[in-house]
Amino acid sequence: MNILLNRVFPAVLAGLVLCGSALADAPKISLTIKDQRFTPEQIQVPAQTKVEILVKNEDRFPAEFESADMSREVVVPGASTVSVFVGPLSPGRYNFFNDFNHAAQGWVVSTPQPSK
Amino acid sequence: MFAAAVIVFREVLEAALIISIVLGASRGVAARGRWVAAGIVAGIAGACTVAAFADVIAGSFSNAGQPLLNAGILLAAVLTLSWHNIWMAKHGRALATQVKALGHDVQTGSKPLTALMVITLAAVMREGSEIVLFLWAIAAGGATRLDMLSGSIIGLMAGSLVGVLLYRGLLSIPLRHFFGVTSWLILLLTAGLASEAAAFLNQAGLLPSLGQGLWNSSAILNQESAPGQLLHILAGYTARPSGIQLVFYFTTLLGVFTLMRVVGRSMCVGRPQAVQKAEAVGQLPR
Repeated sequence: MNILLNRVFPAVLAGLVLCGSALADAPKISLTIKDQRFTPEQIQVPAQTKVEILVKNEDRFPAEFESADMSREVVVPGASTVSVFVGPLSPGRYNFFNDFNHAAQGWVVSTPQPSK
Repeated sequence: MFAAAVIVFREVLEAALIISIVLGASRGVAARGRWVAAGIVAGIAGACTVAAFADVIAGSFSNAGQPLLNAGILLAAVLTLSWHNIWMAKHGRALATQVKALGHDVQTGSKPLTALMVITLAAVMREGSEIVLFLWAIAAGGATRLDMLSGSIIGLMAGSLVGVLLYRGLLSIPLRHFFGVTSWLILLLTAGLASEAAAFLNQAGLLPSLGQGLWNSSAILNQESAPGQLLHILAGYTARPSGIQLVFYFTTLLGVFTLMRVVGRSMCVGRPQAVQKAEAVGQLPR
């Protein structure tokens, strides 16, 4: 057990972080939580592309960015920012909400890119 | 009060079901209650620590510290549960035989007990930290202490009650089939946790999704419904699974299953002759 916790686990984590940072060139989109609301409540993302949503909580207390549609779930502590990778998504509307306050709702709208 | 009761119930339920299953699966092992209790206490301490440092954790690893921590806790639970199940494949039958013959629990050394404690700790820590953060959020949103306290107590009691009922239900299974049933339950539970870990690693941007939402079975069984949530906790049911979740789920399922068969078979060969003889004349359950 000790070997698992001391050696194997950190090594796996380090490996994942390395390969992750190599992959992490996804476009970034900002989303703010303020006064228990998402701003904007609708965010546009290109279809079939992985994007990084930077969720910034400007309230003093924690919120939980959650989406059953995209199976995402992350606590956003007060006055901090977390990043959530989503996609590649098929075109469509995907709901997300604050699991600590369901009054806060929002949508990710994924639309096909015009071919260049 | 209602919101607190619902969230606390949901989180407690998840931890309680996991604890009931592993508690059932290690039936017959002496002193397991004490180790599970130690796991619960350590888990609560861990949950408070995680909640207190939530902002530090969230900001680490390019703002993906929290899904990484969740994935880490889940993978630790997956490893421990797999090991526990493989250990039981080797010793479960002998354990059942001894318990029946002796009429009381058996000392087996500390190995399965450490596993029990780690699993309990992981379950309580993960679910507990969410409860703490949620209560913090609704406290800041103006909920009174009395509301939060009464809601939490209702949620805690209801969640624990379902766990106790599951445990009672498990114990009513005849000893002959008992370890067979619990090892299947643990196998499905482990695969489900592995798939959840994959979702967190994908959310942190570390693993490709290999197709997000490969299908949508919400119309057949909504994941938010009561049976959907129960099946999600027990067997990792996901209405819109991603490809990487399926890979983790089935790799764990098949890998642990194969190891259990291999280890279980090698045990059958080396079984004491006295036991084989007793079984042959029908004195002991097979």
